[in-house]
Amino acid sequence: MADQPTKPTQASLNKKAAQTTSYKPSGVSATGRNARSFAIRLWSVRHSRALEWFYAHFADVFLKLHPLWKAVGYQRAEGPVKFVEKRVKGFLFDCRMCGQCVLSSTGMSCPMNCPKQLRNGPCGGVRANGHCEVEPDMPCVWVQAWSGASQMKGRDNILNVQKPVDQSLRETSSWLRVTAVAAADREAAAGQGAAQ
Amino acid sequence: MSQSDSNPLDPSAPLEPLPGHSSHGRLERILRRGEFAVTAELNPPDSANPHDVYERAAIFDGWVDGINAVDASGANAHMSSVGICALLTRMGYAPIMQISCRDKNRIAIQGDVLGASAMGVQNILCLTGDGVQAGDQPGAKPVFDLDCMSLLETIRIMRDNSKFLSGRKLTSPPTVFLGAAINPFAPPYDFRPHRLAKKIAAGAQFVQSQYCYDVPMFRKYMQQVRDMGLDKECFIMCGVGPLASARTAKWMRSNVPGVHIPDEIIKRLEGAEDQKKEGKQLCIDIINEVKEIEGVSGIHVMAYRQEEFVAEIVHESGVLKGRRPWRKEPNPVDELVAARMEEILEEPRQVPHEMAGAVGDPEPSE
Repeated sequence: MADQPTKPTQASLNKKAAQTTSYKPSGVSATGRNARSFAIRLWSVRHSRALEWFYAHFADVFLKLHPLWKAVGYQRAEGPVKFVEKRVKGFLFDCRMCGQCVLSSTGMSCPMNCPKQLRNGPCGGVRANGHCEVEPDMPCVWVQAWSGASQMKGRDNILNVQKPVDQSLRETSSWLRVTAVAAADREAAAGQGAAQ
Repeated sequence: MSQSDSNPLDPSAPLEPLPGHSSHGRLERILRRGEFAVTAELNPPDSANPHDVYERAAIFDGWVDGINAVDASGANAHMSSVGICALLTRMGYAPIMQISCRDKNRIAIQGDVLGASAMGVQNILCLTGDGVQAGDQPGAKPVFDLDCMSLLETIRIMRDNSKFLSGRKLTSPPTVFLGAAINPFAPPYDFRPHRLAKKIAAGAQFVQSQYCYDVPMFRKYMQQVRDMGLDKECFIMCGVGPLASARTAKWMRSNVPGVHIPDEIIKRLEGAEDQKKEGKQLCIDIINEVKEIEGVSGIHVMAYRQEEFVAEIVHESGVLKGRRPWRKEPNPVDELVAARMEEILEEPRQVPHEMAGAVGDPEPSE
């Protein structure tokens, strides 16, 4: 039959027609090329419980420092905090600085590393070996997330439906935002308590 | 049965809204009434000719409860799902419009939802979409602004709260029946039922599954789904399709993302004399198995490039149990178009040249 898919597809023709030079880029997408290796990312997922514990305390400390951030000015603090945050989270999770961190809901596996940037679970294209559809060498971010979440205290957080990413918050500090929101909540609660 | 499926006031008129239904569509009625639904996928044409769409839809007429209009499946450009739906609704078919998040951002998608609903689309299926690397234009920019979950939620908010994602009011909300896709055949297997629960929480009212060739695996998935009580909250339709040959099966397994075909299936096809016939028989056998699984409310037939088999498959598997899905029905807009047609024919033609009083003017000379 003329329409047998075993015939060369347009995609394979395009691939063949592409000029071949001695430089062949690695990976299929920018996501795959950016990742140095997946070892540290996978380590973080394996130690999701410890990292969850650590972050909980770290967030407390940050919240205690709220008067300091306020004195310095959140705007002025953003530069240095972002510098540290980007490098620390970049090292541990291959963080993409989306500015609205959901690591504690995704088993310490950063969903922005998914080539489709899915924030609500794996797509249907996950390979049988648990690797990504787009980047055949990369373990699926969400297969990792599921295994990471199963070890965590907040294991059910992964079942919450996440809102779409606010692209206007890219390259901003998630730590400061969380702290400012928590401080505002605390003040609102205190204000209510005083009023009663 | 076709009697209860028509407007009691005027059988030829469009359907009346029913209490508890979110759309005026037939698919929702069929499912809510507890009947076994059948949907099929239309192979989108690579042409600008509307008759290509009409011809392809005509094969399904009277055999299916909904026609899926795919949105650049496999990341290959075809006629858009909005365009196909415009043509199908114009002809009185009941399309299920697929929206994939790969190509459009949230602004475009919300606009398309309103446009589709205005054209009479009653069912929308929310997908993430294949990555651009799967198609023939891997250099395209992948958008993925929303994912299927936030897309479901966005449309649900538009429908139920009459609001855009930003909170801006809609004067008439889109009345659509919301669907999503499931793939029980890809890891992480124990997350898959939870993901369905998430989709239901986000707004999914029916789901269509990826090609099912591994019935035991599907049965196991359905067991988990039933244990979580999800089959009561959502209509689950199992995706099936005939395989043209063992070679096609092998090609699909290695090239189409998310398709799982066990070795036994390929062996069975290889052992057959007429592989195409065997592929069809295999599809019918799978339908007969899955229709008995508790919680399965219908099938979704994806007979890519074998659309002419859909009617046979549906007929031979007997899933309709004698029910005859409706044929093309009048569109609410038809009356408007007819009135407009009369108006055009009756009214004298307006000639701008005369209206401007330029009749008597001398011809411009050059």
